[in-house]
Amino acid sequence: MAIIDIEPQEEIRQRMMNDLKRALKKPMNKRHWVMVIDLGKCVGCHACTTACVAENHLPPGIVYRPVMEKEIGRYPNVRKTFLPRPCMQCDNPPCIKVCPASATWKRPDGIVEIDYDKCIGCRYCINACPYSARTFDKGFYYCDDTPFVPDYEKLPSFEYGKEWPRKNRDDSPVGNARKCTFCLHRVEKGILPACVTTCLGDATYFGDSNDPDSLVSALLGSPRLMRLKEEFGTHPSTFYLV
Amino acid sequence: MKKQIASLIWLIAIIGFVIGCYGIYQRFAFGHRLTDYGSYIPWGLWVATYIYFIGLSAGSFLLSTLVYVVKIEKLEKIGKLSLFTAFGCLIAALISIWLDLGHEFRVYRVILHPNFKSMMSWMGILYSSYFVVILFELWFAMRVDLIKTASIGTGLIAAVCRFLALGSSDTSDKSRARDSRVLKVLGSIGVPLAIAFHGGVGMLFAVVGARTYWHSGLTPIVFLVGALASGGALLTAIVYVWGPDRNRPQFEDMMRFLGKIVLSLVLLDLLFEISEYFVGMYAGIPDEAIPIKAVLFGHYWYVFWVVHVLFGVIVPVWIFTRNAVSRPVGKTSPGAIAFAALLVAVTFMALRLNIVIPAQINPEIEGLQYAFMGPGLNYTYLPTVSEWLVTIWIASFGLLLFLIGYNVLPIVNKDDKEVA
Repeated sequence: MAIIDIEPQEEIRQRMMNDLKRALKKPMNKRHWVMVIDLGKCVGCHACTTACVAENHLPPGIVYRPVMEKEIGRYPNVRKTFLPRPCMQCDNPPCIKVCPASATWKRPDGIVEIDYDKCIGCRYCINACPYSARTFDKGFYYCDDTPFVPDYEKLPSFEYGKEWPRKNRDDSPVGNARKCTFCLHRVEKGILPACVTTCLGDATYFGDSNDPDSLVSALLGSPRLMRLKEEFGTHPSTFYLV
Repeated sequence: MKKQIASLIWLIAIIGFVIGCYGIYQRFAFGHRLTDYGSYIPWGLWVATYIYFIGLSAGSFLLSTLVYVVKIEKLEKIGKLSLFTAFGCLIAALISIWLDLGHEFRVYRVILHPNFKSMMSWMGILYSSYFVVILFELWFAMRVDLIKTASIGTGLIAAVCRFLALGSSDTSDKSRARDSRVLKVLGSIGVPLAIAFHGGVGMLFAVVGARTYWHSGLTPIVFLVGALASGGALLTAIVYVWGPDRNRPQFEDMMRFLGKIVLSLVLLDLLFEISEYFVGMYAGIPDEAIPIKAVLFGHYWYVFWVVHVLFGVIVPVWIFTRNAVSRPVGKTSPGAIAFAALLVAVTFMALRLNIVIPAQINPEIEGLQYAFMGPGLNYTYLPTVSEWLVTIWIASFGLLLFLIGYNVLPIVNKDDKEVA
């Protein structure tokens, strides 16, 4: 399915990469990262979930971008719908308000950041998020209860531009709340988030909503646009085309 | 009889402490990996234990203000006992929530880098203030007795009392009057403080808009009434075993008075509960109705109907009504009142669990529980053995702290202590 909401110009990944380069030339407070997910094009392949787990070296029990599936209609008129759910990067985030240790905040570019070294692991933010977008890292390895935990399980993740190794299960990010960062460590190097790159249905778009020429800005003008749970007043930066 | 009860409680506390040590070992050796809470149900038994003990603390502290601020004569001699009970429960509550943290050694951040928009930061500030107020109040309430014990006794207890008297030696009437004035001021500060911090714990839950079951203006009030009911009940049971004047006629009078207070608070708490449940069920909005249905008719229905309603309300209310209200003075049984109070205090844990857990069982986005599998990514919760062991350790630790304090410190005057 083509993008029906905008005029086709060039290959969309190339266009988003160009959008990214333009945005990165601006100061951080002049750009606002948003994600747009076209639910009509999502095929429910879970490639985004898997790419995210691989990119961020997510341990068991941590997921940043699950895809919900729902069966609708009665036989023979049965369809499946899919709903990928990254962090909404809300403009009015309930998770920040409740953090007792000032360990999470909204960056000027719209990303909700967690400082793993400051988080006390109280999990108040997890409860406060209406999207269940935060998960608690209890320190599992995939090879727990086997004779050998291979080294790749202890490789660092690179969230928020830092290295977070997993050698010691007492150190952060173990014991912290974790969530999708829109792959900030990639984005700041001009690479699209892993879920966007991997999406085989071309259903996920990413870019700077402050740039009127960006692909996402064009999509934000679509009449199909909606956001999840708007009634909570969270003003998410993740949009859906339905 | 009371001596036997006290010995039995010593035994229970020591056994609980020893067994619970294994849970504490597991908590520090394996972190949170042996627990059943996780990402979708992030708060479990330890949070419930925390609000249970903090409620007991606030309740018994507020009752102590009846002595030091309102000056109710009937309760005069249990002022120190209620303060010390509040102190023990506060310690237990703080240990419980401390062990629940993912990074327990960073807890200082709540005080040093507070976020004034977060109710949890306010909790850190209010608990610290409350802790200081309790310590000061206890010291001023015990000062003269500490000096007396230190001067007449020898050995370890006298040495501890001498140390805790902090060099004070003035037992004149003037200094006693000053103590009484200070206690009135501290108690008066303590009343809004206790209301703020326990109402604040309710607020901590109530402000979470994402959890409709908690998100009610009634929640902080329910917490306060619950605190008074459970704290008052615990104190009533404690007074029976360790309180003053146990062989004197005024003891029955005091127990009847305490029984009436607890009876009214249990009924008031029940009223709030009925109101919450009826409103939530009538509208039938899933976010609120699903947790309520789970409480009333879910897998763990017996926690509500049997533990809470039967043993926490019906049986104690019946006993209180007979012994503290309908039977004439002289024919009531303080033991029965104490037993009913103990039932209320212990079964209140069921109510606390039913506040914390059910609010989290409803997926915030339909199908989330099937979207990705992993430890902690589910909407069912049953505390693990490890979690129970830690809770048992915390309760036993609080109990031992109380028992040791009671035997070492002049919490009840020696003349009032004699036991049948």
